[in-house]
Amino acid sequence: MLGGIDPFILIASLIAASVPILLAALGEAVVERAGVLNLGVEGMMIMGAVTGFMVSVATGSPLLGFLAAMAGAMALSLIFAFLTQVMLANQVASGLALTLFGLGFSSLLGQGYVGVKPPLTTAVPFGPLADLPVIGEILFSHDWITYLSLALVGLVWFVLNRTRTGLILRAVGENAEAAHGLGYKVRRIRLLAILFGAALAGLGGAYISLVRVPQWTDGITAGAGWIALAIVVFASWRPLRVLAGAWLFGGLTVLQLNLQAAGSGIPVEYLSMAPYLITIIVLVLISSGKGRALDAPAALGQNFHASR
Amino acid sequence: MLRLEKRPAPSRFWLWAAPIVAVLCTMVAGGLMFAALGKNPIEALRTIFWEPLFGELAWYFRGQLLLKAGPLVLIAIGLAMGYRAGIWNIGAEGQYIIGAVVGASVGLAFYPAEHWFIFPLAILAGALGGMTWGLIPAILRVKFRTNEILVSLMLVYVAQTILAMAALGFLRNPEGNNFPGSRNLSQYPATANPELISGTGLHWGVVTALIVVLLGWLILSRHRFGFEIRLAGQAPRAARFAGVNPDRMVLICLGLSGALAGLAGIFEVTGPSGIISPDFNVGYGFTAIIVAFLGRLHPVGILLAGLLMALTYIGGEYAATNLGLPSAAVQAFQGMLLFFLLALDVFGNYRLRFGSGRAV
Amino acid sequence: MKRRTVLMGGAAATLSLSMGARAVLAQEGPLKVGFIYVGPVGDGGWTYQHDVGRLEMVEAIGADKVETVFQESVPEGPDAERAITQMVLGGAKLIFTTSFGYMDPTINVAAKFPDVKFEHATGYKRADNVSTYDSRFYEGRAVIGTIAGRMTKSNKIGYIGSFPIPEVIQGINSSFLHAKKVNPAVELSVVWAFTWFDPAKEADAAKALIDQGVDVIIQHTDSTAPHAEAQKTPGVITFGQASDMSAFAPSPRVASIIDNWGPYYTKRVQAVLDGSWKSEGTWGGMKDGHVLIGPITEAVPAEVKAEAEKMIADITAGTYHPFTGPINKQDGSVWLADGVVATDEELSGLNFYVEGIVGDIPS
Repeated sequence: MLGGIDPFILIASLIAASVPILLAALGEAVVERAGVLNLGVEGMMIMGAVTGFMVSVATGSPLLGFLAAMAGAMALSLIFAFLTQVMLANQVASGLALTLFGLGFSSLLGQGYVGVKPPLTTAVPFGPLADLPVIGEILFSHDWITYLSLALVGLVWFVLNRTRTGLILRAVGENAEAAHGLGYKVRRIRLLAILFGAALAGLGGAYISLVRVPQWTDGITAGAGWIALAIVVFASWRPLRVLAGAWLFGGLTVLQLNLQAAGSGIPVEYLSMAPYLITIIVLVLISSGKGRALDAPAALGQNFHASR
Repeated sequence: MLRLEKRPAPSRFWLWAAPIVAVLCTMVAGGLMFAALGKNPIEALRTIFWEPLFGELAWYFRGQLLLKAGPLVLIAIGLAMGYRAGIWNIGAEGQYIIGAVVGASVGLAFYPAEHWFIFPLAILAGALGGMTWGLIPAILRVKFRTNEILVSLMLVYVAQTILAMAALGFLRNPEGNNFPGSRNLSQYPATANPELISGTGLHWGVVTALIVVLLGWLILSRHRFGFEIRLAGQAPRAARFAGVNPDRMVLICLGLSGALAGLAGIFEVTGPSGIISPDFNVGYGFTAIIVAFLGRLHPVGILLAGLLMALTYIGGEYAATNLGLPSAAVQAFQGMLLFFLLALDVFGNYRLRFGSGRAV
Repeated sequence: MKRRTVLMGGAAATLSLSMGARAVLAQEGPLKVGFIYVGPVGDGGWTYQHDVGRLEMVEAIGADKVETVFQESVPEGPDAERAITQMVLGGAKLIFTTSFGYMDPTINVAAKFPDVKFEHATGYKRADNVSTYDSRFYEGRAVIGTIAGRMTKSNKIGYIGSFPIPEVIQGINSSFLHAKKVNPAVELSVVWAFTWFDPAKEADAAKALIDQGVDVIIQHTDSTAPHAEAQKTPGVITFGQASDMSAFAPSPRVASIIDNWGPYYTKRVQAVLDGSWKSEGTWGGMKDGHVLIGPITEAVPAEVKAEAEKMIADITAGTYHPFTGPINKQDGSVWLADGVVATDEELSGLNFYVEGIVGDIPS
């Protein structure tokens, strides 16, 4: 069934294919650990994709592009932060509105950029290496953000589990009232978490428009933000499991296309729905038998308003 | 500094004022956006909000408003019931698709027979299909404590694949030159769901939506179930003591919202759309979530919100052809509308105070 | 603004009349022609080429005689019916609906407005006031298949399919037949993307094909993403689809199939102006200028280029039909006997692979 598919190439492909969802999911995991459910990941990713693309085309610098992507997504997330943290608006609706607005606004921003080829340097952060006809080095150039994303997984894990910052963040997500009582600034901490999540989502979006595809078109993120949300739950809000989830998802997508390309007899329809069905099955497997739903942060989705 | 202080009782004034102020704010912000795009903002706003209602083609657009608002309202009412109880179905898009596919399969199974019962049977099948799709996340939540937000969302993608399979495979029109797409259900008299009065946009789906608005309002305000829903959402623990079974609540809310989304799907495919094609769904299930919140989870509010949303769609399209406004601008505009409404909503329960409270 | 006021009065005066009668009053001055697009004008592919055709038509006819309106990103279904109706009510006398999914909406609206003329792209339903038009893309695929067969070193050609519809299956068969003709060792892998336009998915599909050792990618989807992906692996070549995609020339893009709608749009608008418009089905190919092969780059050896150009000349002259027997079906049974040419009817319902292609068409 798998005849003709080289497993090493497949693994290399899946690592590259999963970078955007890994980054976005990692960021969202931190946001949700702080008790905030931001369903606007798709909107933030696409804002990152467009701002990163615009800036890198304008400056010719991929680094500036990725920085701009983070800034663009963070700027968008400020709307969400204002609505939910200041105006105490419903988080589900605010997140959806963010996605709706992000999709429309990114398309407006990107109107002059459709069909523009980003300068080759944008896809190759180490300089004009793409001109060298050596596969290894081109793969190496991909790894700049990939390595960063892997390092971030470790960093987030460390900060969440081994530092005081992580402890405070989790406290805010578990019981905002108590954290407030201990003198922590709940809304400020949540705001910072939202911004961090947005920065990572923006980075993931820019990875799509600058490295993976690389071009700009409307709706280029094509649902990656929603997948990232699924991965967070799949991973039960743990950074290392986020990595596993992203690879599983990326791997299934890549495997599906590779099986087709290799001429396997499995019907395409079943292959295309497999990632989603398997995610649901895994969700069931990891959530069954636990008292509290999936160890979700207890205050997830609830706004906090200090009455004192 | 500014801070918010909880009102002793929700403000009735802001309940009504917030949507109106939100629309006005959106007009200002949207006007600025249109101006930035090089369009005359007054002209653009007039085209979006005025033309479809009172312009020279209003006689046509008014019917189209109902046509567009119908499915949005139908789906949003079901979602709102669940949202009030704290049950988050965001996969209505999938339930809408499955309702359409199942209903269409039942209807087309009789092709080309003519019996009076085919249409009602197809509608029933659509509702059951949507309900089944909605019950999957419900049962998984009840049995395994999985998160219904994620499962219902994942099922949208699965439903989309099933839709493609239907359009390319088991429902493909045998007389369609191998193109994807089913037979046209609106041109098969036994399943057709035409306009009841020509030019009004009123078809059985819209009628059902209006009935559901009424029923939804009665249930929420007069029936014990409505009370249980509110209790479950606002005070889950108290609800338990009051004898509300949370699992039953999950099953009912997701089943009901799935059934209504399925109904919207089958009414759409037998009426305005006609064909099961790979692109049959156009996002009603997601837009309905916004409509539910715009209408502040109240049936009458949802009716108004659905009409407003339909207006921005139709007016936006009209502006796209007449003024060359990009369709993305309308999407951004709708996002702004929701932002403003969500932001202003707070004044229903809180009031703005000057002076320093304890910094948060 | 002036005409709008006139329109308003007109609509009010005829409020009791049928919808069809209402639109009659709307027009004076230049002919108003509408276009319904399925994607954004900036998609760089299918819709972009229709819009290029629209502009060419205005250029050819003259802006004093014709005025155009268009609406982009119109979903196929009830929204399309409204968009078309709205154009009619806005005074359009001729409307081009440029995607297959607009077929039933076009027919429905046309039935209500017998005085307005409609042109539906790639469909098969016609009416007294509805024509259909399409292009013989498979002719271009024959040329590209020839280049592909000559250029591949791994003897593996990848094909990114959109939907398994006759047009795409014609393209797959035509490409494969002509690649095989010049290179009997050639194999074809098909990946179905189930989309016409999704850059991320197309890039992934191209990557999967390259991972499988493919060094020539033919796409039947409309974004440039497969080119960008191919560019990352030296030695892989691609072909522009729908538009020239010259940003990726001279390599990986070595040639392209261009949809060229300008001549047809000009002809049909002129026919309306002359009063000679009739409902008909047009399936134009290279000789009608509907299908062009974009510049073949220097990455292609001169003799291969000459071979491709000869085929273009033969097809244009009508002396060669890409589907000329002997051709067997995938199961080995005879489809076309020696010298027999496929009929248009057979082609427009094509639902099987020819001999030598492995895999099944999804259904």
